[in-house]
Amino acid sequence: MTWPRRLLRLCARLLLTALLGGFLGATLVRLAPGFSFDERELDPRYSRESIERMRAAGGAERRSVLAFYAGYLRNLFSGNLGESRAYRRPVSQLFSERVPVTLKSMGVALLIAWPAGLGLALLWSGGRNHTYELVTTLASGALLCLPSAVLALFFLYMDGPVALAMAVVILPRVFRFARNLITETGAMPHVLCASAKGVSRAGIVWRHLLPVAAPQLLALAGVSVSMALGASIPIEVICDSPGIGQLAWHAAQSRDLLVLVNVTLFVALVTLLANSLADAAGGVFERQPA
Amino acid sequence: MSRARNFARGFLALVFAASLFAAWLAPVSYEVQFREAPNAAPSAAHPLGTDELGRDLLSRILYGSQVSLWLAPAAALIATLLAAVIGGVAGWLGGWWERLALAATDLSLSLPWLFLLLTVRAILPLNVPAWSSVLITFALLGVLGWSQAARVLCAGARSLRHSEFVLHARASGAFGARLFFRQILPNLKPVLAAQFLISIPIFILTEANLGMLGLGVAEPLPSWGNLLRSLESGPHIVQNPWRLAPLVLLVLVVSSFQLLLPREEFAS
Repeated sequence: MTWPRRLLRLCARLLLTALLGGFLGATLVRLAPGFSFDERELDPRYSRESIERMRAAGGAERRSVLAFYAGYLRNLFSGNLGESRAYRRPVSQLFSERVPVTLKSMGVALLIAWPAGLGLALLWSGGRNHTYELVTTLASGALLCLPSAVLALFFLYMDGPVALAMAVVILPRVFRFARNLITETGAMPHVLCASAKGVSRAGIVWRHLLPVAAPQLLALAGVSVSMALGASIPIEVICDSPGIGQLAWHAAQSRDLLVLVNVTLFVALVTLLANSLADAAGGVFERQPA
Repeated sequence: MSRARNFARGFLALVFAASLFAAWLAPVSYEVQFREAPNAAPSAAHPLGTDELGRDLLSRILYGSQVSLWLAPAAALIATLLAAVIGGVAGWLGGWWERLALAATDLSLSLPWLFLLLTVRAILPLNVPAWSSVLITFALLGVLGWSQAARVLCAGARSLRHSEFVLHARASGAFGARLFFRQILPNLKPVLAAQFLISIPIFILTEANLGMLGLGVAEPLPSWGNLLRSLESGPHIVQNPWRLAPLVLLVLVVSSFQLLLPREEFAS
């Protein structure tokens, strides 16, 4: 597939996800119990006339899911994501404050977890050291068995940074996947042949192992963005980091569905973009002979 | 490795049995409060001590295991059945059905599902009776956790669609549902079993995360998730290390499931 076609397909997928995700989200908001109810209607200071006007103001969007979705889309394309019920502020303003916090933590976490996980996996393939195998297997296994919220608590008590907590959630997954992949690739005939011919360990890794394993490693890199976003909820809530995960939790607690739907849509687009970029980068390696 | 697997099987059997007979094994009911003995150290009356409300920790762990350990497999069963229907049928039919199912799977997989869980959980009332919260939590896990398994089952059904024995069955006059239930589904059993087993520890950990965030099983009913909330009182844990018992049990149970799985499955 040519580059412009790939790019077109990626844009189409993103647009379709946004439209479909938006529709599902809008349906969820529209059908949620208490949607058409405005708390101000209970306020005795408002006259009957004012309440009627309030009802009439949201009337068109209250009629059906499709009318509501049309209004939602119209606002979305004009950059208006609506107003948060819990914070009484525009959702776009909340996003502009919180998205950079989460993206920064995620970026640092991925920059720590990936070199560490890949490095440990490459060391594993370097030679058979049973103590090293046992220690890394047990440590990664123990980390995989701990809920992210417990890890977050540990980092909270240790006064550790949020990004490091996220890195610890991603690291064992990267390590285990990379270790299994590198062990499989290391047993391929061309690698054994290179090894028999006396090619150095570094040469085998750079020229024969990594190029073959690259597409799958890149696919995992895309998935690890989703892992980091998933871990952001418990970690940001427990470590009190004002990011998108904490916003989602607050919104769930206060039934602020408009915020939740926008957060979910944003997260879906980010993960889809990361996965598509990883696929595209993996495709480049697949076309190159190892 | 086989010794470790046998140990894991034995340990899981023991924990499942203990949770099944919680009513007989627990010293008292999970909600009884010994108000004169909050944060009590382990003793003959309270083998694992008490929590900050004076409730017996061993009883709460046993009853909590009943909730987390029996409902996680139930949720895994729902997720696997949904995956079999969506993924299996789509892979078997092919064409537009398969594309549609894979697109839905991709969309579902592109969402970190804790976000999805929070969104759907928020629609339902947060202040619900304890048993309703249990059913809501695990039903949501089951209903939302189908996508990864569906993709695997779709690939499995697709490969079977072109196999020789299916061609033979077609030639013998088998079509439609009969062919699917008699020929395809029995051959997907190993994949279904693996996906079921993979889902259980994932659901246990997700319930634990939801419980710690206050969105899981409601008090006073215990679950491993809400038992872990006691870890939030940091200094108390150092003074009362027995309060770590639910975490130790959770790690041991999830590790045991991990040992029963093929090496590469859990990490992914």
